[in-house]
Amino acid sequence: MTDASNAANIMAEALGTFMEEAADLLAQMEAILLQAEDGACSDDDLNALFRCAHTIKGSGGLFGLDEVVRFTHVVENVLDRLRQGTLHFDSPLISLLLGCQDHISSLIAAVAGSGEMDVARSDELIGKLQAVLGNAGAVVAAAPPASASDAEPTASGGGAIGSDHWHLSLRFGPKVLQDGMDPLAFINYLNQYGSLIHVETISDTIPGFADADPELCYLGFEVALRSSASKAEIEGVFEFVREEARIIILPPQSRVSQYLELIEAYQGEVARIGEILIACGSVTANELEQALVQQHGQDKRARIGDILVEHGAIQTVVVEAAADKQKRSEDKRSVEAKSVKVPAERLDALIDRVGELVIAGVGTHLQIRGINRPELLESAELLLALVEDIRDMALRLRMVAIGEVFSRFPRVVRDVSKELGKDIELKITGAESELDKSMVDKIGDPLMHLIRNSMDHGIEPAELRLARGKPARGTVELNAYHESGSINIEVKDDGGGLDRERIMNKAIASGLAAAEDNLSDQDIYRLILAPGFSTAEKVTNLSGRGVGMDVVRSAIEALRGTLDIDSVAGQGTTMRLCLPLTLAIIDGFHVGVGNSHFIIPLDMVVECIELPPDVGDMEYLEQRNEALPFIRLREIFGEQGPAHARPRVIVVRFGRRRAGLVVDRIYGKCQTVIKPLGPLFAEVPAVSGSTIIGNGEVGMILDVPALVRLCAGAARRKTPAMAQPALLTH
Amino acid sequence: MSTAAATQAISAGDRQLPAAVRKHELASAVTVAQPYLAFRLAGEVYAIDILRIREIIEYTLPTSVPMMPASVRGVINLRGAVVPVIDLAVRFGREATGVGKRTCFVIVEVEYAGAILVLGLMVDGVNAVMEIAAENIEPPPSFGTRANAEFIEGMARIDGRFVIILDIARVLSIDEIAAIKSVDVAQN
Repeated sequence: MTDASNAANIMAEALGTFMEEAADLLAQMEAILLQAEDGACSDDDLNALFRCAHTIKGSGGLFGLDEVVRFTHVVENVLDRLRQGTLHFDSPLISLLLGCQDHISSLIAAVAGSGEMDVARSDELIGKLQAVLGNAGAVVAAAPPASASDAEPTASGGGAIGSDHWHLSLRFGPKVLQDGMDPLAFINYLNQYGSLIHVETISDTIPGFADADPELCYLGFEVALRSSASKAEIEGVFEFVREEARIIILPPQSRVSQYLELIEAYQGEVARIGEILIACGSVTANELEQALVQQHGQDKRARIGDILVEHGAIQTVVVEAAADKQKRSEDKRSVEAKSVKVPAERLDALIDRVGELVIAGVGTHLQIRGINRPELLESAELLLALVEDIRDMALRLRMVAIGEVFSRFPRVVRDVSKELGKDIELKITGAESELDKSMVDKIGDPLMHLIRNSMDHGIEPAELRLARGKPARGTVELNAYHESGSINIEVKDDGGGLDRERIMNKAIASGLAAAEDNLSDQDIYRLILAPGFSTAEKVTNLSGRGVGMDVVRSAIEALRGTLDIDSVAGQGTTMRLCLPLTLAIIDGFHVGVGNSHFIIPLDMVVECIELPPDVGDMEYLEQRNEALPFIRLREIFGEQGPAHARPRVIVVRFGRRRAGLVVDRIYGKCQTVIKPLGPLFAEVPAVSGSTIIGNGEVGMILDVPALVRLCAGAARRKTPAMAQPALLTH
Repeated sequence: MSTAAATQAISAGDRQLPAAVRKHELASAVTVAQPYLAFRLAGEVYAIDILRIREIIEYTLPTSVPMMPASVRGVINLRGAVVPVIDLAVRFGREATGVGKRTCFVIVEVEYAGAILVLGLMVDGVNAVMEIAAENIEPPPSFGTRANAEFIEGMARIDGRFVIILDIARVLSIDEIAAIKSVDVAQN
């Protein structure tokens, strides 16, 4: 590989890191801004906010993303004012800043190639930001500049130098290039803060050609910069190289002694440094000469004492800063140590392999059981237990906190409540509950819909709420918790509740139910999940088109989940999602029909009974005075293999329906890794996936609800009057 | 073991190769010949571009998938992956392939919706890997072969008999196989 393509690779990788980092920072900004809206914004938060913008700008500059830098710079200015207390948060400002945050994120997305940079939008927002800055300008002018006291020259240690520019002495670490930084980029970046008057390159330390390592940086720079920026801002430019490099920044009108210190810092290059300072125009030849004479003429001890005193003053600050910095980097490191980023496909490959290991282990175990060697069996059992442990751990690697999904909702709730003109608060609990990463990716949209739905249809307008004796501010709660191997997510509002009558009328009008149907509350509520159902009298931007809820339902069913609705008129509605923790593994009940193996999800299995011999051709049997419809899998699947003289019935329950599945053999409980069947079988009803069972054969995982629906459909065509209600009602 | 079988089958093909190849080299020294895998199915010889083929494995009883058309024999466990097996004979509208001594699965890769899918073809036996020059391939006849003309990429004459070169992307069109299935289901 050539160096050029190597460098391009490194650059692409670095850019990827920048994207990820920027996304994190933007998310942090959003969180802080939303917090600020509730009036809970500490100084730390303001600083963090500023740092977010600053870091994005800084790293954006490193990658030459000029538009990002140009725009973020203005945002940063506003945030800086906020931080200094010369500007205060109010609702329009927060909205504006949230808009800016969105815009930065779209600019960065444009870098990744997913769109054009919208320069016009930048200009529009910059205009608004500058209006904010302009308003605050008067206040700022009145307040003394923050850095004035720092920069105020004192009499001790020699007079002030007349130059009106900053002097920067830069000695980048030798590894700066290897770390992917370009010293030139930093110097160019200084142009953001002012104009470069003079740059002198120090090439003294370049070794002979034979000894020089082309990957090391031997150059130093002395820079004269005219700028109105603060020292912190200029220091910020070098944030990424500060640890390795020696950076000395002298403000305008520094004391001669400071220049002398600078000179002393480069022992042996005194004459050279002097020349450079003069060349930069930082000091005049005269001033330097006087200073040197003064220094030599003075009592050496006194001078050193002077410097020590000065140092003492400086040092406490420096030491504190250094200690603080060290602590911060340690904190950061300990956070880093807690998590490792791993590409998802590697994890999947690992889980796949471990799944195979379990299958192979079970196979071995079965064979050993056949040869009656207790000690061998024991070690095989131990091995199998360990492998299963590893499988569980591997699966846990994919678990992430559900908070990842929840974090986008505060913003949604804020924006939607503004749009609706309702005052709504979002309360989140259980954000730390964990579930599989693939689930997390898929529940975002259904949840979003449920929340919007609650806000739009659930929460009443403020007047009505007050009239009902409720606080004007509506509440939507998002609550996640684990319960017996699955995760429950509740979206709960304290609104008006579902209107039973209206749902029923609407359902009758659209033919979803008949007036004489005697439906329970639950059944009625479930009607809102039917396709094309909407009770909203007016269609809003958000919901009311009747396409949403059935999409939500099918999305949840695709995740092997259920959606329950509870509602109390006048008090609110709770939508409860119950989802499995992972899609990768299933607790199953292994049964055989003919030559085939089937897995029934264990949580659906209620009990196993023998098929009564007197059942004949009937399609239901009587169990504890209840009719239990059953399905002969053998017939449905057209199995030819050997039948069992006494077939068994597996009683399954899902939602509130019960049904029996007639099988030939029962093998028992098993835990298996689900293997997707691929697009060829995407629409096979009744089968949701496959798995490899202990002996290496493939077993089909039954999709019981779909199977029952299918049979009910077939039965309806045969005998419309009888079979259908038996299977469909609860 | 299955991989070993595959290598064996392919190298066995290599051994049979020279006679056929030499003949073609004489006829067309200019054009580059493409390697194809030839296999038997219901008394005819078919060929598939070798680049499509991942491996050849022994026959094992596939697990049938309920409610699929007869052209899908079921699925097999290929080292931990669940791979569907297609019966080409049924796909061509004939009797289902019987299981014989040399019945095997040719594992092929096809592209579907941007991803690579792995499918198994159930065949009566594999013959050889042969190189066929493009100029020796004739366009498919409009009738006369037992496979549908649309599945045929071309016909090649090798050692005095015709070999049907299959357009594997068409033969194994997932959408089409799935469409057959939904018809079946509707009829059920």
